[in-house]
Amino acid sequence: MILFLAYSAVLLSFFSGLLGLMMHRRQPLLAFNQYWLAKFPTVNQRCQSAMADCLEEKRFPILLRRAVFFLLGLSGIFAILAGLSVLIGQGVITDQISLGLPWLPWHVRFDCLSGFFFLIIGIAVSAVSLYGPGYVNSYKESQHPFAVLALFTGLFVAGMLLVLLADDAFFFMIAWELMSVASYFLVSFQHENPANRRAAFLYLLMAEVGALAIILGFGVLASFSDGFTFDALRNAQLSTTWASIAFVLALLGFGMKAGIVPVHVWLPEAHPVAPSHISALMSGVMLKVALYGLIRFCFDLLGDVHWQWGVVLLILGTVSALGGILYAMMQPNLKSLLAYSSVENIGIIFMVLGLSMIFMDNGHPQLAALGLLAALLHAFNHALFKNLLFLGAGIIHHQTHQLNIDMMGGLIKKMPKTSVLFLIGCMSISSLPLFNGFVSEWLAFQTALQVDVLDNGVLRSLIPVSAAALALTAALAAACFVKVFGMIFLGQSRSHHCDKAHEIQDKGMLAGLSLLAVLCFLFGIFPGLIISLINNVAGQLLGETLPNDAALGWLWLAPVSANQASYAPPLVLIGALIAAGASFWFLRRNPATVMRRAETWDCGFGGLTPKMQYSCSAFTMPFRRIFNKVWIIDERVEKDMRGAMDQDVAAIRYHLEVHDHSWPHIYQPIENGVNTLAKVVGRIQTGNIRTYLGYSFATLILMLWVIS
Amino acid sequence: MNWLIAVLQSMLFVALAPLLAGWLKCCKCYLQNRKAPSVIQPYRDLLKLSHKQPVVAEQASWIFLIAPYIIFSATVLAATVVPFIAVNLPTSASADVIVMVGFFAFARFFLALAGLDIGTAFGGMGSSREMTISSLAEPAMLMAVFTLTMTASTTNLSLAIAHVLNEGLVLRPSFVFALAALTLVAIAETGRIPVDNPATHLELTMIHEAMILEYSGRHLALIEWASQLKLMLYGVLIANIFLPWGIAETFSVQALGYGLLAIMGKLAVLAIFLAIAETLVAKMRLFRVQEYLSFAYLLGLLGMLSHIILEASR
Repeated sequence: MILFLAYSAVLLSFFSGLLGLMMHRRQPLLAFNQYWLAKFPTVNQRCQSAMADCLEEKRFPILLRRAVFFLLGLSGIFAILAGLSVLIGQGVITDQISLGLPWLPWHVRFDCLSGFFFLIIGIAVSAVSLYGPGYVNSYKESQHPFAVLALFTGLFVAGMLLVLLADDAFFFMIAWELMSVASYFLVSFQHENPANRRAAFLYLLMAEVGALAIILGFGVLASFSDGFTFDALRNAQLSTTWASIAFVLALLGFGMKAGIVPVHVWLPEAHPVAPSHISALMSGVMLKVALYGLIRFCFDLLGDVHWQWGVVLLILGTVSALGGILYAMMQPNLKSLLAYSSVENIGIIFMVLGLSMIFMDNGHPQLAALGLLAALLHAFNHALFKNLLFLGAGIIHHQTHQLNIDMMGGLIKKMPKTSVLFLIGCMSISSLPLFNGFVSEWLAFQTALQVDVLDNGVLRSLIPVSAAALALTAALAAACFVKVFGMIFLGQSRSHHCDKAHEIQDKGMLAGLSLLAVLCFLFGIFPGLIISLINNVAGQLLGETLPNDAALGWLWLAPVSANQASYAPPLVLIGALIAAGASFWFLRRNPATVMRRAETWDCGFGGLTPKMQYSCSAFTMPFRRIFNKVWIIDERVEKDMRGAMDQDVAAIRYHLEVHDHSWPHIYQPIENGVNTLAKVVGRIQTGNIRTYLGYSFATLILMLWVIS
Repeated sequence: MNWLIAVLQSMLFVALAPLLAGWLKCCKCYLQNRKAPSVIQPYRDLLKLSHKQPVVAEQASWIFLIAPYIIFSATVLAATVVPFIAVNLPTSASADVIVMVGFFAFARFFLALAGLDIGTAFGGMGSSREMTISSLAEPAMLMAVFTLTMTASTTNLSLAIAHVLNEGLVLRPSFVFALAALTLVAIAETGRIPVDNPATHLELTMIHEAMILEYSGRHLALIEWASQLKLMLYGVLIANIFLPWGIAETFSVQALGYGLLAIMGKLAVLAIFLAIAETLVAKMRLFRVQEYLSFAYLLGLLGMLSHIILEASR
């Protein structure tokens, strides 16, 4: 039954893609309708007229779009149901599908870990399907055909779901490639812009290099076992060296997809150019599928993890978290900013996962379970709020036709509903109490603070430092999202487009955002709901859950024991309401003190203009100065001088570009190396047939010599 | 009963915060050869502000209007978490020290948004500086606090302080470092000299005052009260973590009375020290604050490392 739900989710997303192809098939459908009517003239009149209505020229595209997204949403709901039922039932379901090569059936396995990620995908896809119909309306059919978008969206979602179901290396890679290639076409959807084509190619290149690394990782495992099914791989007996090689390959492959520093460069390029609901899916969900791959590979297939791997993850995670948020802060483009912030969040997840590995290898499985729980919870939370923010960015782009934060401002009055929803996203991602982001970060701190149980001195001093880095990351994230919300929604409009923007009319788009915002708040107040489910994942994967006396009630959150740490969000909420309510009531009793509006104080110069406000680059200037080694900063002030002695300034232009260190220091050398190698290889290609014949002859002789 | 005492303690905390501010001002005036206002002057100011009609900028949105209430209630919540006159209170369990730092972040988030809301240069400047300083101060603060929580192996403030109290007078090198770090952070976070000067409105140096420039009437009263609360909160944290003696462990009237007297005495002494420091030290340039806070962070880190190397059980 559960498997039926899971399969339906996959099939429904697949069918939604196929249905999208019907966009240009209105004529054949009409003909079919005629034929059908002629054949069964007895069919109900109303049914006939309904069919004819649907196929009407104007209504058909709208209805079809709705139908496609309806199927996609249904797929999301089925995925949620499948995930929830396997998480509650705590079962492991296996199956075989006889597709593919006859002697290699596809093995399917659906356990708690897959179920949890099914839940994440399901929620994200449901929100996107509410949002989608309104959003794709703005694309011109002739330039950006809906059929392409729908087909690859369907394939993309189906691919992600299949990755989670796969139980053998072949099937896993097929599903993985389906996901990667389908998303390539989605990134290159608006291909008329050369920058978009470049971003898409970069994405494809890195996805394929990553896939190669994953294949090699599976290959290392498979060479020590008999077969490619995950069951066989689980039983493989590897020496520490080979296990570490497999781990490094998997880390490279999955890390490339997840976007950890320094293999993150495709994220800030690819996410801004894809349509917003697709970037929401890519950032919120696809990165999580990569995370799933890593967890499956390390904790399940490799089995016994080593603490050294944990240290690697911890360091990489810390670098990604800090680097991600610092780069995010400098981005003027809203969607690149969100993409870099995904790098940050993935970094946090990797840090906690590393802690989990360290505790696991040092014989503290309960703390390992706590770490895994924090990592998975943060993955879940990140999927919620990052989807919310990307979809919100889509609405802002839809209404103001731009993504440059420096050109926005004052939208809170023009788009009141969107602004509230976006604010909830910003508060969650800044990990403020009462919202979901805080809970996972709190758990991460709790995991790091258990360092006293370890014996190794290096680890004991390394982990607190990483905890402090986590604190810095959280504080920087708050600063970054204060900037985002402040620059976009507050103050005065900085551009004409923004001045004319108005609230979105489409209810579906707001409904998609509202769903995510409500979940962000709900899981911030009652994190116990989701934590008890994740506890089952930890139980199945590590064989250990959080202790029972940790009181995983709905009211209290006490991950280790009630004496060590506890947090009761509902009580905090009640306290906050009482405090705010009391002060509100007390201060507003007197009718004489009704608020009065007046002009903003302008220092007596008269007339505040939008240009007097702090801009994005002004807001982040102190950070640029303090952390100036982190970026490559190109900052110039150009002055146009005039007058007799060139002493009067006519105009000033400020120019700021902030670049990523990884391009000149990592990717450029690789590119140069490849070019040099190609030139060297090119030397043997003379273009002369006689030389080539000579090569063939020499090779033949060599082969014969080898064989004999 | 426990809950009742916890609520009473928090109300007392909130009520006494302006008194500390008044006392601090008195000390400073005395040191600077000025005539001091009455100790209860901050109460009069708050009362006066709450009776005035607030004037709000036309540009301001609802964020500007709700921000004072949010800032005030977040700070009050933080105050409920900190053991003031007694330990073993149930409110400390509902939110631990990390959540307390989260409350500060919550208040700061809205304060910075309110600064950006009116769309003037001052507001943006204040928000930008405040977020910069706090994002450097928060890790240092957590490092100092983690030293305590690792010593007591709990993040529950009430239990941690009880732990320190039961251990008796032990000289811990880590606590010396943590005390220094927390003091530096407290000065930065409460906007005192040398990081910010609460007494001036000079655009080159303003941080906190720049954000609240457009506030008036009851809104301003709430924000002022919240910042007085924050000052007192850091004072209580320093006093009760590092010198917890005198705090009530049982809920008898006598013990609570002694607890109240003890903490008031400690805070009065701390305020004198702060006044002396503010009189002796000049305000530093904004871009030197990072060095100051990095130093605080380094001290916190040293405290943590000396805990791990010297004091941990194995």
